[in-house]
Amino acid sequence: MISVPGPGFGIPVTDKRHAITSEIPQLRRFARALTGNAVAADDLVQDCLERALGRLHLWREESNMRAWLFTILRNLHVNNIRNSSRRPIETSLEDHDQPLGDAATQGQRLMIRDLDQALEKLTDQQREVILLVGLEGMSYQETAEILDVPVGTVMSRLSRGRENLRILMDHGNHHDKPPLRSIK
Amino acid sequence: MNSSIPKTDADLNAYVDGEIDASAIVEMEAWLASHPDDAARVKAYQQQNEDLHNLFDPVLDEPIPPAFTDVIAPRRPNTVKPVWTRIAATFVLLLTGATGGWGLHEALEGPRVPNAPNFVERAVGAHVVYASDIRHPVEVPATDEAHLETWLSKRLGSPLHAPRLSSIGYHLVGGRLLEDSGKPAAQFMYEDNTARRLTVYVRAYRGKETAFKFFAKEDVSAFYWMDAPFAYALAGEIPRQQLLKVAHVVYEDAVP
Repeated sequence: MISVPGPGFGIPVTDKRHAITSEIPQLRRFARALTGNAVAADDLVQDCLERALGRLHLWREESNMRAWLFTILRNLHVNNIRNSSRRPIETSLEDHDQPLGDAATQGQRLMIRDLDQALEKLTDQQREVILLVGLEGMSYQETAEILDVPVGTVMSRLSRGRENLRILMDHGNHHDKPPLRSIK
Repeated sequence: MNSSIPKTDADLNAYVDGEIDASAIVEMEAWLASHPDDAARVKAYQQQNEDLHNLFDPVLDEPIPPAFTDVIAPRRPNTVKPVWTRIAATFVLLLTGATGGWGLHEALEGPRVPNAPNFVERAVGAHVVYASDIRHPVEVPATDEAHLETWLSKRLGSPLHAPRLSSIGYHLVGGRLLEDSGKPAAQFMYEDNTARRLTVYVRAYRGKETAFKFFAKEDVSAFYWMDAPFAYALAGEIPRQQLLKVAHVVYEDAVP
């Protein structure tokens, strides 16, 4: 049901809804990258939108709508992981090949498969920092707020994650070498 | 930051992410010029970002599932009307009764018109088909409004402009040319802040002026009227009273 505007907040509910709507594409991209699966990603976005709508009265005018939504989505994702011993749904490579279609060169497809697989091998903590900063363009400060950790933690996870990713991708480019088993 | 002090991992990453001061950029670039290993790492990190975008940006262009927009702007069931809408309706009746003699009583309370002109069904059909299209709702977007109006005026044979509905919260998305029994017709599309869409369907008409009449098919409601040189049908999935209010604005705005 549509809720009425709560007292004490300057923004009409319709404007808040509009602000949420305009974040949907970015939320989907982040969810797709986090889960590696189109169906799981959209379930996550749907849950996030429902949660956000239910808490719309908590969102304040001066706060960052995108960061707020990303925080909700990420926390839901963490809960999902916690509730299952492994990532809930196996990543399907076809999910990622499909949107690129015929425009992607074979080289790009190889790169993408490498990157996709390399992302899988990172820890959840490193992956989410790399995605927030490298893909979503969040500042270190915003990322720290979304993850509820100090900025220094963001920076160290980012450093380690990127370096791991670089090594993984390097190995992917030399197919004669055996794949890296562990990156810890 | 001094170019003689070894750069840390954090420095390299901050450079990649634009999280260092402009003054430090020059020093960092001097450092990278003389330290190929660090330069290679920076390049690799930048490439990672680019690859991430290549991999995931296509998601941004995918049509948004209707389930998402339904969460944000759920369709309201026609429940008991609150008192204020009845008061507002009465007010509208009084106001327009005094000025124009529109068939408002019929429009608001009367039975569904059983035999609506063909163009109304076409208007509702066009609404169903195009208003639900997330990516390509219109042929010519609102950013090209002048061109849209010139073009549709020429095709419909009389000066036509897109009704201005911003005063009641609907902004123009754009428009398209349609076929109606071998004649050209125009559709303008509007959207409010919650992504609810209305369409105004227009075709040439030469007969007498008529009152607003109501038509509904499944979830879509429409008000239609004739006002030479055009016949109009306004379609949407909003309550009848709200739609009538919009119809008034469309009508008023069409008066030269």
